[in-house]
Amino acid sequence: MSAPTKAPSGADWRGVAAEHTENVSSTVAGLLRGRSRRLLGSLLAPHRRTLWVVLGLVVVQNLASLAGPYLIGAGIDRGIPPLLRGEGGGTLAVVGVAFAVATGLQVLTQRTFMLLTGRIGQDVVLDLRTRVFEHFQRLSMAFHEDYTSGRVISRQTSDVDAISEFLDGGVDAVVRALLSIVGIGVTMLLLDVPLAIVGLASFVPLFALTLWFRRESATAYRTTREAVAMVIVQIVETLTGIRAVQAFRREPRNEEIFAALNERYRAASQKSFSLMAVYGPGMKLISNVTIALILFYGGTRVLDGELGVGVLTAFLLYLRRFFDPLQDLAQFFNALQSATAALEKLSGVLEEAPSVPDAERPRALPAPRGAVRFDAVSFGYKEKVVLPGLDLHVPAGQTVALVGATGAGKTTIARLLGRFYDPVEGRVLLDGVDLREVEEHDLHRAVVTVTQESFLFSGSVADNIAFGRPGASRGDIEEAARRIGAHEFIAALPEGYDTDVRKRGGRLSAGQRQLVSFARAFLADPAVLVLDEATSSLDIPHERLVQSALRTILADRTALIIAHRLSTVEIADRVLVLSDGRVVEDGPPHELAAGTGPYARLHHAWRQSLHRTGAA
Amino acid sequence: MRLYARPYAGQMLVMLATALLAVAAAISIPLVIRRIVDGPVTHGDRSALLPLAALALVLGVVEASLNFTRRWIQGTSTLGMERDIRDVLYRHLQSLPPAFHDRWLSGQLLSRLTSDLSAVRRFFGFGLIFLVANVATFAAICTLLVRIDVFLGLVVTASLVPIGFLCARFHHQFSGVSRRVQDQTGDLASRVEEAAQGIRVVKAFGRRRHIVDQYTADSTEVRGTQLEKVRIRAGFASVLDVIPNATLGVVLVLGALAVGSGRISLGDLVAFITLALQLVWPVEALGFILASAQEAGTAAQRVFEVLDTEPEIASPAVPVPLTGPDGGPPVGRVRFEGVGYRFPGSDRDVLHDIDLELEPGETLALVGTSGSGKTTLAMLLPRLADATRGRVTIDGHDVRDVALPDLRTVVATAFEEPILFSASVRENVTLGRPDATDADVEAALDLAQARFAHDLPWGLDTRVGEQGMSLSGGQRQRLALARAVLGRPRVLVLDDPLSALDVETEALVEEALRRVLAATTAVVVVHRPSTVALADRVAFLRDGTVEAVGTHADLMATNHAYAEVMGDPATVVVPGQSRREEVRR
Ligand SMILES: Nc1ncnc2c1ncn2[C@@H]1O[C@H](COP(=O)(O)OP(=O)(O)O)[C@@H](O)[C@H]1O
Ligand SMILES: Nc1ncnc2c1ncn2[C@@H]1O[C@H](COP(=O)(O)OP(=O)(O)O)[C@@H](O)[C@H]1O
Ligand SMILES: [Mg+2]
Ligand SMILES: [Mg+2]
Repeated sequence: MSAPTKAPSGADWRGVAAEHTENVSSTVAGLLRGRSRRLLGSLLAPHRRTLWVVLGLVVVQNLASLAGPYLIGAGIDRGIPPLLRGEGGGTLAVVGVAFAVATGLQVLTQRTFMLLTGRIGQDVVLDLRTRVFEHFQRLSMAFHEDYTSGRVISRQTSDVDAISEFLDGGVDAVVRALLSIVGIGVTMLLLDVPLAIVGLASFVPLFALTLWFRRESATAYRTTREAVAMVIVQIVETLTGIRAVQAFRREPRNEEIFAALNERYRAASQKSFSLMAVYGPGMKLISNVTIALILFYGGTRVLDGELGVGVLTAFLLYLRRFFDPLQDLAQFFNALQSATAALEKLSGVLEEAPSVPDAERPRALPAPRGAVRFDAVSFGYKEKVVLPGLDLHVPAGQTVALVGATGAGKTTIARLLGRFYDPVEGRVLLDGVDLREVEEHDLHRAVVTVTQESFLFSGSVADNIAFGRPGASRGDIEEAARRIGAHEFIAALPEGYDTDVRKRGGRLSAGQRQLVSFARAFLADPAVLVLDEATSSLDIPHERLVQSALRTILADRTALIIAHRLSTVEIADRVLVLSDGRVVEDGPPHELAAGTGPYARLHHAWRQSLHRTGAA
Repeated sequence: MRLYARPYAGQMLVMLATALLAVAAAISIPLVIRRIVDGPVTHGDRSALLPLAALALVLGVVEASLNFTRRWIQGTSTLGMERDIRDVLYRHLQSLPPAFHDRWLSGQLLSRLTSDLSAVRRFFGFGLIFLVANVATFAAICTLLVRIDVFLGLVVTASLVPIGFLCARFHHQFSGVSRRVQDQTGDLASRVEEAAQGIRVVKAFGRRRHIVDQYTADSTEVRGTQLEKVRIRAGFASVLDVIPNATLGVVLVLGALAVGSGRISLGDLVAFITLALQLVWPVEALGFILASAQEAGTAAQRVFEVLDTEPEIASPAVPVPLTGPDGGPPVGRVRFEGVGYRFPGSDRDVLHDIDLELEPGETLALVGTSGSGKTTLAMLLPRLADATRGRVTIDGHDVRDVALPDLRTVVATAFEEPILFSASVRENVTLGRPDATDADVEAALDLAQARFAHDLPWGLDTRVGEQGMSLSGGQRQRLALARAVLGRPRVLVLDDPLSALDVETEALVEEALRRVLAATTAVVVVHRPSTVALADRVAFLRDGTVEAVGTHADLMATNHAYAEVMGDPATVVVPGQSRREEVRR
């Protein structure tokens, strides 16, 4: 993908558009940075008050730790001489107690400080995690098809990790560093103005170095985030398709691909390490040179009698303490840069607007009847038009079968009805209400889709069925399983309904998975049931069971059935034959079968296929 | 671990050396400053000022360059090590059998490949170096202190006792929590993965709220464990930080007493304190370093749990060549001899006592209800699982005696759920047979009725799979079929290969398959009577074993259960003639 060159008003940096781009223009970089800062700000906003407390704690803690040396000094000056003179240790005891109190205070404040910052950090991470997770779930299928699950995973794992690392480390060091830099800077000015000016002048090269680092590391970390995402995408794809990988000996090729991606990730990380290798020691160099300069300049001034030796000594001591925290700051800035790159990606995701948005003013559907209407609907995935303008009315309670060659657009119609996509033109209506105006929850209580890919979640069989209606009782769950003939096999599993089906339902056979996903849909009890080749992996006895169950279940609801086996179609009240996105035939199955149209031909071919059995 | 660190041992040593030298430089700069202030400046010696200031400058430059060198090497060495282990781990995961992958949540594997390896890398690049450097600094300074004053030096050294005690307790408390955080983070990653891959189902049921709540609950649990970690660290670090300061206090008081009693000079005490101050940072840093060490330790544990899992299915040490009876290419005589299979961790056999023989070129249909074990049986041939009893042979060779790549070149498989990779259509179809010609690819696409691939935007170069074009289930299944039949493998395993095809396409594919199957030994899992027509014989699986073998017509006539699984009362099945009349078994 080429670097976006358009003005910031162009849409090509918004959302996830700039994800593949490493060298963005400085304007866009600024916009991306602003976007991540805003996200960080909004994440920290709820903790504003705690942050003030934290700041207060740092001050107290520093005072307590400064009190230590002072008290020791006092003890030596005023406590020990009387003790040596044999006048008793009263003063020393007082100083000792004060020292113990200061130490206790230090322990306490530091501990509280760590606990509070830890809590804030974890809360921010939790907030970020749930926000991003929820937003991904909100984004439409069109987004997910392009974005890939590997990327979704990488955003929510490695990017969030980068941010949590930043929050974990170094925040205390920074506050302390800033405090001591300001404090010591003022002290130095009070001690001697010319020397202080030389010392503070070191901020010019330091600042320039920081600007350089900021620019370079932003690019480096952006590249790193992208590189690690690609590594994760490859891992996810390999693990998901491990059977095919092994059966077709793709291992060597995969290793090649992975090694290249992994090396790209390493090189990208090394780039940021190298930048830090220049930046951190660069700061050290500037501070060491400044110390040497002050040593020489200050020494000369002492020799010229313009400055006392004591002042120079004190100044030099302070100078070191002035520069030491800079290393912590560099470390912090580095972590911040890494986190900003991650935030840039996450804020991009959060900025993506779902192309199937939630209704702004949702209309309630308290008791859906299930009348479906496609009103001049046209739709295409990218450029290609799949449905050129579909008008279709399905009265409540009717069972409609959709048939037609592969690619005719059957699945597309099912997806529009389930609102996985919105039509480009026209409207899809349920009980006269545009689906775009129905709340998601209401819509899916009314319309449920069962597809060929019966995805199950890891967890028990019961949990998977209950996905159709969370909170359903065990009785309801078993009833749903019974109705479609899944109860027998489930009961025979080692732990019955509590058996873990494992990742993607791998513990079950394909047919068993399909039965469970049927049970899940029946339990949901929708007004409109959409079945897209949902019986393709079932054996004939189970298919029959499902069909007879469908007869009763569909008696009082609307259904849209897509099936290749016309045996399933025959339970429909009405058949629509689809060709290139247009309805070319419409009528009851037995009438159409008796006619001479496309359905009659399909029906004939299907009967033939049954008769072909066992023939040579 | 040592194995992976070895190639980088030299660089690690350099890092350690630069770290130690930088500490030395950092310690000597204040000494030089003291020399300047006490010497030339106090005594008005202008000529000595410049060289000494130059020395301070040189030391400063040296310190910065040493830091630079260490960090630079850190970038090259530890990142290289991380990459190496990741490559090895990825390779290892690819070699572990499907049974392993079924047991493990992929989020757990993913987190091992990413965040755990980073934790290990961080320790090697920073924690380990400074652990050694700090211990060395501590030892050196204590030695120097003892030489200045034995008694006070021993007092400082004695502060090691509470430090050691604290560290031991910290180790005890922290490692459990650190491991728990890593495990829970892995589970969280698994949730994320499921939610991403199952998004269609979530949307189909409108269960966003439900799944978000689940995820929030899990993340909240991780947060809880993380906070526990924070608490332990806070308790450790806050007490640890006090020790050097308190020790200094004690030393000051005792030192003042000693000066008062004239045992040591004031100058010695100042030198002693200045030196002892250098101990503060190494001790304070211990909190961070130990935490990083613990995290790296448990992370490495997690990585090695996977790396130490031996692939149960691997090529034998001395593989036999997969040859035919005359020593030529294999002819594809397949036998299942007393085969049984039990899933790992299960207490009953899914398959038992299976005896089947397929003549070269013969096609056997596997029929049985859902869950009867057809897929399980079919997967024994390409060794995606190994029989737990009995053996499977091709041309008389136990499949376990043959090198895996050889076996999987001879046996081609189409799975019930077609899997495409993010690659071009061509690469997907020629998978495993890179020597296939364009004509072979065309023939395979024709056979599978997958000519639609030519109409894709970039024809056969169109990228499909997750990172490419979305294809319908039927389209994917046809590409997977084309891939299986490409190059006419000797042995073909087709698991319900036509389930997602429409009737017309199915008839065309069957017609074409019939030609391929005439010359190929094939095991075809079948649900429909129409597809059974492809087979010479049928094996009927029931109750975990082969209940009957015969032609479709025979079984329909003689086996009631089979007729039930295959029969359709809406249809009158016309018994046809089968190509191979003899019935084995
Ligand atoms: N997610 C998608 N992205 C792009 N094109 C698609 C997508 N899904 C389907 N198509 C295309 O849209 C057309 C109609 O597909 P579909 O509705 O799945 O047909 P059917 O279900 O009748 O087989 C086909 O040409 C198909 O390739
Ligand atoms: N990992 C597993 N552990 C235990 N049992 C399993 C596992 N995977 C599948 N099974 C069980 O083994 C049986 C056979 O499955 P499978 O071979 O897929 O059946 P099918 O004949 O439908 O292809 C099923 O009852 C299934 O529940
Ligand atoms: Mg379809
Ligand atoms: Mg199966």
